[in-house]
Amino acid sequence: MSKPLISARGLTKKYGDFQAVAGIDFAVAKGESFGLLGPNGAGKSTTMRIIAATSRRTSGELTILDLDPEERGPQVRAHLGVVPQQDNLDTELTVAENLYVYGRYFGLSKKYLKNKVEELLAFAQLEDKRDVKVDALSGGMKRRLTIARALVSEPDILMLDEPTTGLDPQARHILWDRLFRLKEDGVTLIITTHFMDEAEQLCDRLIVMDRGKIMAEGSPADLIKKYSTKEVLEVRFGSDRNKEVAPVIRELCDRVEELPDRLLLYVDDGEALLEEITAKKLHPNTSLVRRSSLEDVFLRLTGRSLIE
Amino acid sequence: MSQLALQVRGAWYFAEHRIRVMSKWKLIIGMIDFANPLFYLVAVGIGIGVLVTENSGNSGTDGVPYLTFLAPALVASTAISSAIDETMFPTLEGFKWRKTFYGANSAPLSGGQIAAGVFIAAMSRVIFSVTIYWLVLVSFGVLELSSWRTPLFVTLGGAAFGAVLMGVVSKVYNDDLFMSAFSRMVVTPLFLFSGTFFPLTNMPIYLQPIGWISPLWHAAEIGRHFAYGYEISNLILILHFTFLISLLIFGLRYSSKQFTKRLLK
Repeated sequence: MSKPLISARGLTKKYGDFQAVAGIDFAVAKGESFGLLGPNGAGKSTTMRIIAATSRRTSGELTILDLDPEERGPQVRAHLGVVPQQDNLDTELTVAENLYVYGRYFGLSKKYLKNKVEELLAFAQLEDKRDVKVDALSGGMKRRLTIARALVSEPDILMLDEPTTGLDPQARHILWDRLFRLKEDGVTLIITTHFMDEAEQLCDRLIVMDRGKIMAEGSPADLIKKYSTKEVLEVRFGSDRNKEVAPVIRELCDRVEELPDRLLLYVDDGEALLEEITAKKLHPNTSLVRRSSLEDVFLRLTGRSLIE
Repeated sequence: MSQLALQVRGAWYFAEHRIRVMSKWKLIIGMIDFANPLFYLVAVGIGIGVLVTENSGNSGTDGVPYLTFLAPALVASTAISSAIDETMFPTLEGFKWRKTFYGANSAPLSGGQIAAGVFIAAMSRVIFSVTIYWLVLVSFGVLELSSWRTPLFVTLGGAAFGAVLMGVVSKVYNDDLFMSAFSRMVVTPLFLFSGTFFPLTNMPIYLQPIGWISPLWHAAEIGRHFAYGYEISNLILILHFTFLISLLIFGLRYSSKQFTKRLLK
């Protein structure tokens, strides 16, 4: 890896006695798409805010583009594009005006912004909403506008905190497509999410966080390979019987996770296991064979689901 | 570029944003700022003023007609109420309602620059309101054109009050409670007990300190001095100015600090 764009060692953030980030190490290279995956309260957003130079770390070392955000906050922020978890657009202004005033914060000239705003409207697919007040936009459109706004200064690093939370599936896919384009253009992305499919789609590499700590690190494929099996067989026997059947099934496969509504069986060949189960006259109400996902990795690492 | 110039530029960028938002309301702001002095002229000129004049003659209040006595204080109170509008609401909006301050702070702007930006924009409104108010009073013959220093200096009262208020509001989390408490417990007594409608010395001595700490009283006294030659010694005049300027400097520093603190939370 060439010299990292972001490098953190022993990064810690405490709020009183509570440790939101508990001494984490990571590095992000230029052009990389780096994810922070974990449930709510894992410390992802806090980590993001420290990187974004809008929150102070309690201890540890951190450099962004060779600068310490604590000492050179505004300078660091001049190189970042930030998409916060909660949109903070000015809903009294129009779509184009939001892009314009944000560009001015970076000291960009009116002349430069005239063209840049049009370019960003096209990127966000909001050209026909140009002069509409932000209030009137849908959730997905607001999100796209917030991302476009973060790009106004052509940042070295784009930071996205839960970019698609609260969006419907179609809006999520449009957003992923936009982010994928940025990734192809070589923009360094830092993304927090609690959606494993999002992390799999967008991240080259990720850290799995829980309770302020890093539980695992690697590419989505590596993590699945390391912490899960090739396939997962999901079976439902009905909430009462799941518990009853579990011990029998445990004899047939190495790892069984009991969830309230179903059993997850970790094997390399799901169909074969299903046949064995059926042969034992245990007939599940429903069954599904799927490939392992980051959700399974998380379950393995923490014993808990990502979305609780 | 020097550090100070950079700071000021950042503040100006945020002020640009605020002024753009204010300009969306230009029709309403214009109507309010024009209608307010007219309402007072009618109410006081025809109503209360006549009553006061009947009781104490045409030079009964401080040696001038009641309306003339009142006019500079009304210009001063306009400075303060416009300053309240343009600092309190934007601050609540920026931290709470729309969280726009957090957006600006993710860009290179600091808490201090955001506070200064809100202040600059608020002052543009204060200057506008005060000028309109004064022009209306002049055109109805209540004040002379030669009283031009009155609107100029009472603006300082709005500036001082607004600067402090931004810092106070940046600490507010329960906005409903704050707004009703503020209007009942601060704004109303401020207007009633600051020597606006009658000389402060008419009040019992134990109530006069409300006026002494009120920017409105200091601004109104300065305003009266420059409006109709209300006599105060140079020393007192300097004290009035010193109070307002000190409050302004304190307010700007305090707000800058509070904004930075809340953004870091």
